[in-house]
Amino acid sequence: MGMLIVCQDLWKIYRLGDVEVQALRGVSLEIARGELVAIMGASGSGKSTFMNIIGCLDSPTRGSYWLDGLEVARASQDELAEVRNRKIGFVFQNFNLIPRTSALENAQLPLFYRGLSLREQRARAAAALARVGLAGREHHYPAQLSGGQQQRVAIARALVSEPAILLADEPTGNLDTESSRDIMEILDRLNREDGITIILVTHEAAIAAYASRQLLVKDGQIVSDRATPVPAGSR
Amino acid sequence: MGAFVLLTILTAFRVLSRNRLRAGLTMLGIVIGVGAVIAMVSIGEGAKAAVQAQVASIGTNVIIILPGATTVGGVRGGQGGAVTLTTADAFDLKKKIPLLSETAWSKRDVMQIVAGNKNWNVPVNGISPGYLTIRDWSYASGGPITQVDMDAGSRVALLGQTVVENLFEPGEEPVGSTIRIKNVPFTVIGVLAPKGQSAQGSDQDDIVFIPFSTAERKVLGTQFLGSVAALFASTDHPGDLPAAVEAIREVLRGRHRLQPDQQDDFTIRTQVDIGKVQEGTSQTLTLMMFAVASISLLVGGIGIMNILLVSVTERTREIGIRIAVGAKRRHILTQFLIEAMTLSLVGGLLGIVLGVLGAQATTVIAGWPTIISGESIMAAFLFSLAVGLFFGLYPANKAARLNPIEALRYE
Repeated sequence: MGMLIVCQDLWKIYRLGDVEVQALRGVSLEIARGELVAIMGASGSGKSTFMNIIGCLDSPTRGSYWLDGLEVARASQDELAEVRNRKIGFVFQNFNLIPRTSALENAQLPLFYRGLSLREQRARAAAALARVGLAGREHHYPAQLSGGQQQRVAIARALVSEPAILLADEPTGNLDTESSRDIMEILDRLNREDGITIILVTHEAAIAAYASRQLLVKDGQIVSDRATPVPAGSR
Repeated sequence: MGAFVLLTILTAFRVLSRNRLRAGLTMLGIVIGVGAVIAMVSIGEGAKAAVQAQVASIGTNVIIILPGATTVGGVRGGQGGAVTLTTADAFDLKKKIPLLSETAWSKRDVMQIVAGNKNWNVPVNGISPGYLTIRDWSYASGGPITQVDMDAGSRVALLGQTVVENLFEPGEEPVGSTIRIKNVPFTVIGVLAPKGQSAQGSDQDDIVFIPFSTAERKVLGTQFLGSVAALFASTDHPGDLPAAVEAIREVLRGRHRLQPDQQDDFTIRTQVDIGKVQEGTSQTLTLMMFAVASISLLVGGIGIMNILLVSVTERTREIGIRIAVGAKRRHILTQFLIEAMTLSLVGGLLGIVLGVLGAQATTVIAGWPTIISGESIMAAFLFSLAVGLFFGLYPANKAARLNPIEALRYE
């Protein structure tokens, strides 16, 4: 199985007036298909910057990044949009659903920008909602759904484009314990049964325990990279 | 792309209907601007058409020559203050200027005419037969005054519609009956088709025509034989009018033995001169109102831009989400442009309805003629589209350039 993500010596340097901020300082990393990786680190450690680059929302200052065999470090804005649309699914801490727009339409959104027919968009979005256990709630608005359900809509939206990788940034940060467990079980199942590669940012050890591999980021560098002997999800 | 545009239009309608009051107020500027343009243009067009009809009612390619001011020993007579034109001038003009297709002359005076037990004061015109052709008079019944009538000095008369209404009962046929002008009996040989108001606002149908020769000898009298109140001439083509006017001036100055330093003792007017004054007035009015309407559209456009900027700020996070899941710059740009154009187009359509109703109300209430042209509606439609496009561009561009990372974090 080939490597899905290959990062070599990634640097991200911001210039704030005269001050130079080195958010990433030479990160190298390989992630194989089917892994469930947890990235941990304090705020300001550079893990958000790293996730933004992995998610093609940002480009590194130096270094190279291959995603699914494609060098994207020097890609243009439109090329990055295309990569995000086809290869990456995002799940955010605050769900980031479009308000006053139905679950189905939220889940449709990536396909909307792919220019598919309306019928196909709807069919695939409905299937994705069913995969996260929301069949029958297609026409609910985000405000009519619980936090856990909203996050499941967000997972459906991430799944709908059948991405190579699912990026979850503190996916349970705004949820209670029970909903958190639901969400993690869904992600774990998607990883285990459907073989979807998942990168998870979290600061909770209980959540990180679902991962087969844990990375620790500190001062813009990966300081620890270890496999978890018995992933929590296999209990 | 088809599904994308369609869904974006639906989304735009949904976003706007969510905030109806705001959308309505935003549109108001466009509604008023477009409504004003439609109403103004239709009033302007109506006025122009009315003026054109009035000018056309003078006749076709008509040149009117009036006796002018003469100065005798320092006393200046006003226009028409002296009798300087004669039938001989008319014959000479016709002979010397091939450009003229027809010449005619007339003299007039207000007289009492009597039919049965009714009487009416009306301008009685003694005319040469060519006059009726030049002025484009047509007949409701009967026929024209001919050269035979002229040569014989026949006592025959043509009556205008207003005269008929005042001297005859409704339904009564005037042709063949006898009327008296200054106690001289005349046979009515025709009734003229109505012409309506003149460009100066007088009733052109309140008129009686009799042969010039009869008028001169039996009714109106004369200072000297052959003196006329006005000469008329016409050309075949409107383009010949300026040349004909110059030729007439030259011939008449020669006949009247005017020295080069002397002023003309006559005045020449053409239909074009008369039309110009009227059209100038209505054009100035139209232009002024158009300026006011344009300002209203401009203000309306700025209103749209303002509310879209607010909308972009409010929806920063939504824009971030869209960019994150793969929207390209042009997708975001298109979305907000379509929202802007939806606002301006709905406003434009409402404005068209308002303008048409306004124009019709003007006709009903003020009695002004209005013409609603398809072109003005089309222009208003396209213009409101352009306003949306132009004023939507800046906010849409702002949305499309948002940084997704910051937009996603926006509270």
